[in-house]
Amino acid sequence: MITMTTTTTTGTPVLEATNVTMRFGGLTAVRSVDFTVNSGEIVGLIGPNGAGKTTFFNCLTGLYVPTEGTVSYKGTVLPPKPHLVTKAGIARTFQNIRLFANMTVLENVLVGRHTRTKEGLWSALLRGPGFKKAERESEERAMELLEFVGLANKRDHLARNLPYGEQRKLEIARALASEPGLLLLDEPTAGMNPQETRATEELVFAIRDKGIAVLLIEHDMRFVFNLCDRVACLVQGEKLVEGTSDVVQSDERVVAAYLGTPFEGVPEDSALDEVEAAEAHSATSTTSVEVEGDQK
Amino acid sequence: MTDTKTTPVTPAPTTRGVLPLPTAAARPLLLAGGIATAASAFLAWTWTAEFPGDLTINGYPGGLQWLTVVAGILTVLFTLASYDIRGLGWLLPARNTAPLVLTALGAFATTWFTIIAISVELGGLANLEPGGWIAAIAAALPLLGALALPQENTGNAKETFKASIAKAEKIPAPAAVSPWIERLVITVVTAIGLGVFTYGIDTEYGELFVGYLITVVFAMWALHTAGLLDRFSRLVAHNRSFTLAMGFVAAIAFPFTQTDDHYANIGVNILIFGTVALGLNIVVGLAGLLDLGYVAFLGVGAYTAALVSGSEFSRFSGVQFPFWASALTGAAASLIFGVLIGAPTLRLRGDYLAIVTLGFGEIFRIAVNNMDGDSGPDITNGPNGIPSIPDLNFLGFNFGQSHDIGGFTLGRFANYYLLMVLIMAIVVLVYTRAADSRIGRSWIAIREDETAATAMGINGFRVKLIAFALGAALAGLAGTVSAHVTYSVVPTPYQFAGSTPPNSAFLLAAVVLGGMGTVAGPLLGAALLYLLPEKLVFLQDKSLLAFGIALILLMRFRPEGVIANRRQQLEFHETGQLDVPEQRIDDTDDTAVSVTKAGA
Repeated sequence: MITMTTTTTTGTPVLEATNVTMRFGGLTAVRSVDFTVNSGEIVGLIGPNGAGKTTFFNCLTGLYVPTEGTVSYKGTVLPPKPHLVTKAGIARTFQNIRLFANMTVLENVLVGRHTRTKEGLWSALLRGPGFKKAERESEERAMELLEFVGLANKRDHLARNLPYGEQRKLEIARALASEPGLLLLDEPTAGMNPQETRATEELVFAIRDKGIAVLLIEHDMRFVFNLCDRVACLVQGEKLVEGTSDVVQSDERVVAAYLGTPFEGVPEDSALDEVEAAEAHSATSTTSVEVEGDQK
Repeated sequence: MTDTKTTPVTPAPTTRGVLPLPTAAARPLLLAGGIATAASAFLAWTWTAEFPGDLTINGYPGGLQWLTVVAGILTVLFTLASYDIRGLGWLLPARNTAPLVLTALGAFATTWFTIIAISVELGGLANLEPGGWIAAIAAALPLLGALALPQENTGNAKETFKASIAKAEKIPAPAAVSPWIERLVITVVTAIGLGVFTYGIDTEYGELFVGYLITVVFAMWALHTAGLLDRFSRLVAHNRSFTLAMGFVAAIAFPFTQTDDHYANIGVNILIFGTVALGLNIVVGLAGLLDLGYVAFLGVGAYTAALVSGSEFSRFSGVQFPFWASALTGAAASLIFGVLIGAPTLRLRGDYLAIVTLGFGEIFRIAVNNMDGDSGPDITNGPNGIPSIPDLNFLGFNFGQSHDIGGFTLGRFANYYLLMVLIMAIVVLVYTRAADSRIGRSWIAIREDETAATAMGINGFRVKLIAFALGAALAGLAGTVSAHVTYSVVPTPYQFAGSTPPNSAFLLAAVVLGGMGTVAGPLLGAALLYLLPEKLVFLQDKSLLAFGIALILLMRFRPEGVIANRRQQLEFHETGQLDVPEQRIDDTDDTAVSVTKAGA
């Protein structure tokens, strides 16, 4: 177990979500969640399957437009457009890895640099000195990041040919390339063995040491409680509890939610499945889709 | 020819030919057969000159017989190389037998195609002279020899045959040569390529073109399995700009090799078609947007150029722009049209986008058809189009007249051909530079995974609109020239599918067939798709059927297209992936020659 000296200089809030609600038709996947991430913090988001964690992530990054509520980054309200959110300084990875499979490792990271460069079509066609300089700088920066996650020697491999663990690392490097102030990791250790998980842990600490706040969804409890300064538990779309690892770990409602003991105010049993179905359904399109009871 | 007598021998357990012939007889048979095939072309194959090309002369080959000579000589060369004859080792770097099999197959196919064509067209085997029979037998010999070559036997005849024409697994790295020799090789290959291509364009009758295709396909296949194409592309990678320059020199040289302006006409049409296909390649190959109405942009460019050309039938007959202005106007009009079409449609993805672009493409044609002053505003003269577009006149150089340059006569189409080469150069430059930049990477990212791309900060709509508009502008540019080349513009060619290029289906087919995401692919595809209906007159009304079948076969056996993009090749062939680290060595050749040697 890694004993960590929590930097309690939790300064200004980086991310503030207020009263975020996401409804898919008649189904409420996320219900009035208030959430804050401060600079220099690692925050974990846990919860049973179908609790609405990824939906909440998608609301934060603009993939979904929240039905109610606002998300603001460093005090400015974010527009619900993914590319503008990334431009503002929030980068993310995906639960099921979404690399550009047929691009090389280096190209993947260079795509991540998109928002921090601005060479357009004309400069690409004319190839002035500015273009060459920007390309060179982008490449240097990308190589630094590949160095950072330990993939520098694989720069010309196609992303699809990397082993699973390295694909996860590459996705993180790609997200870091956009120079974010906050990094959202959606299940970064899913499918990893214990060694890889530990390596990811080190990587997340290293990212925090770069001054980037981290918000992560994870099911590996040891990983979460080792890593996070603060943990929030989401159950059935509502934030159940939030606090330090000890607080959340000892909260009996959390235990109940995971172990299945009924707790007060439980809606119908089918609600859970519906959230899952709705999430899976709307993952294919960014528009909110009408999900009625006929979904079965 | 005498050693065909088969003596039953005990076949080796693992290495044995597909045919139960003694393996020792295989290569002598190949050699003798190759020589005999080439020699048989000097005989008279038929007695009447009715078959095109005059195959009746003893002592001199004619028409299709030349192809037999070439195929026979290739067989002999590869066989000699397999005997380790000094000076020919480079032909077979991997020492595999597949090229032998394929050249033998090529010689056989070319010769037998001719024999069969003679018999069928003239009505019976009686039309064959003894020379024809000798040729048929001679061409079968190397095939027998090739099938007797020792070969790993998998027990299954089909599998064994497949293995016998498979590409060498490991091709030894070539010895380092001086850059001047590399350039010499590229120059020679370009010259040979120009010769082969010119021969194909100049074929005067369909039979010769089919025979030419058979010979070329088998020869290229043989070179591919021998690993020579890989070696050549490596050379090209080292001398990229030199190769590009040589390519354009060859393209410019083409009209000087022609005596008949008709073939320059074919050339200029191929270039127009190829330029538009390359523009479409930005949209389809890079950004992954399936556009089924692309030919409309060619039409916008052509109509714009026609309207400002000073033609007396143009709505603005008083206006006559100089060419540079009309080219820019045409490109700009196409660009605006592209943005207008793209802005509403690019919000859709995949199949939906394809359907909507198909609809918009048809809207253009139908609108142009109706803008005749009767059913709509009087702009385009409706179905009559805008005829008698004057020839270009550039600084006193009239494109409509023949000019003598250094003893060569350049006719009207040759002039336009040279202009199109210039435009093609611009388009190639735009394509390669755009592809290898921030914007090109974001196109590819959008193609790979649009959601992830937007999450990486790419404004998907904007980037796709740029691709759409750029592709449209390039097509419009080509359209401005095409209006002058064809004297008139009418709505009919700008449809979705028809039996002659250009139309949207043909354009898309050229890109897919040639190889998406490459420069050479769409150009090759365009050349093929233009030449096939032009040369194979008998296909006329069945050409669409034939292309459909050809595309289906291609998708089955080589989904990445004839010229494969590295990405695409890996995408479609999960196994047998190219070794990436080796690629790395390629890229940094100058610094890593020693590494290449060590790695080999």
